[in-house]
Amino acid sequence: MSPNNGKNDLFNYVLHLADSSLIMGHRLSEWTGHGPMLEQDIAITNIALDLIGQARNFYQYAADIINRNNKEEKNITEDNLAYLRDVNNFKNLLITELPNGDWAKTIGKIFFFSTWQFYYYQKLMDSDDKQMAAIAEKSLKEVTYHVRWSKEWVIRLGDGTEESKKRMEMAIHDLWPYTGEMFLLNDTKGIAFESKNKDRTYIDFTLIKNDWIQKVKTVLDEATLLLPEDTWMHSGEKKGIHTEHLGYILAEMQFMQRAYPGLEW
Amino acid sequence: MNQTSQNIISTSSKEKTIKKVWDILNTVNDPEIPVLSVIDLGIVRDIKIDNEIVEVIITPTYSGCPAMDMIGMNIRKAFLKKGFEKIKISYQLSPAWTTDWMSEQGNAKLKSYGIAPPTSKTFHTDYLKNLPIECPHCHSMNTKLISQFGSTACKALYQCEDCGEPFDYFKCH
Repeated sequence: MSPNNGKNDLFNYVLHLADSSLIMGHRLSEWTGHGPMLEQDIAITNIALDLIGQARNFYQYAADIINRNNKEEKNITEDNLAYLRDVNNFKNLLITELPNGDWAKTIGKIFFFSTWQFYYYQKLMDSDDKQMAAIAEKSLKEVTYHVRWSKEWVIRLGDGTEESKKRMEMAIHDLWPYTGEMFLLNDTKGIAFESKNKDRTYIDFTLIKNDWIQKVKTVLDEATLLLPEDTWMHSGEKKGIHTEHLGYILAEMQFMQRAYPGLEW
Repeated sequence: MNQTSQNIISTSSKEKTIKKVWDILNTVNDPEIPVLSVIDLGIVRDIKIDNEIVEVIITPTYSGCPAMDMIGMNIRKAFLKKGFEKIKISYQLSPAWTTDWMSEQGNAKLKSYGIAPPTSKTFHTDYLKNLPIECPHCHSMNTKLISQFGSTACKALYQCEDCGEPFDYFKCH
């Protein structure tokens, strides 16, 4: 399911963003009916919906890229990409597949991830690739609300009771080693732009990282929490290496298509 | 318009068709906020008529808006009912939809339906601050935000401190 005439880079690049949004959205959807109160249950499922919508836009584009290059074969769809690939072909950021944990952990995940999307999509909007730029432009508005919502929760929990502070602290501490991967330039990032236009600098992850750290620090300060110190960071997306959690997500998410291939509602 | 289609539809009849097409679109409502037509929502970006094929280009409000597929289907149904047989619905992402494209009439309809319309124009960081929102029921400005996400992604939940009623606010986007 890979195009082989030079479009591979772009295909992988798009898949990395599609997979990250899908897995993040799927994880958040697990909160449906379990939120700490009705309004927040609705908020988190709305965020999940936005992310899955963004993933669909990326998958549709990824499918286009393949179909353009494989005229003689049967066209693949966004559903094939989401439901018929296995763990080692998924290119999502590891942070997205981590279990939701308690409310603080989920909030921490959304805050770190949305803030990354927020700065990333602002850069992606300038891409030479019109479709990527369009998806980024569309998604950015949604992500802006996700950042605002999760930021307010980080502050509320951090600067809240002794118990909520402890939990938010623990969440930040546990998630931190998964944040470094967001700023790695590798096979699935940037290269699509490089191959398109040699003299144009593609997305500079150092800049995104600086903005991200600055924003995280400001929010943690307000939440009376400390920015964690530099530490060893996990990474796996480049090689399709994942935590043990992704397999369980896919087993559930892909079950219907695996058990009843081609099933439609 | 290209040569072939000019041969089939004359300019004046094409203008008539375009008017008819807009009239039909005015009758297609948003399934989640049925007081708004797709025109009020500002999601119809363009109409192309070529060789009897009517192409309606729409843009999603939100990436994950579950109403989009249904809106596409309802547009198709409305055209079939009026005798148009060759209908094409295309989706376009850029420029990204904004609440600025909602009609004045649409905003008024929202308000009388009990949903506070978007307050400020254009996508601006200002709207991320909590601007005062007028209660659509008693018109008090003494309202508070309950949740940034309401019954759908495009709305936030507010409550009026004077009449006590909760209400949806259509967020700026």
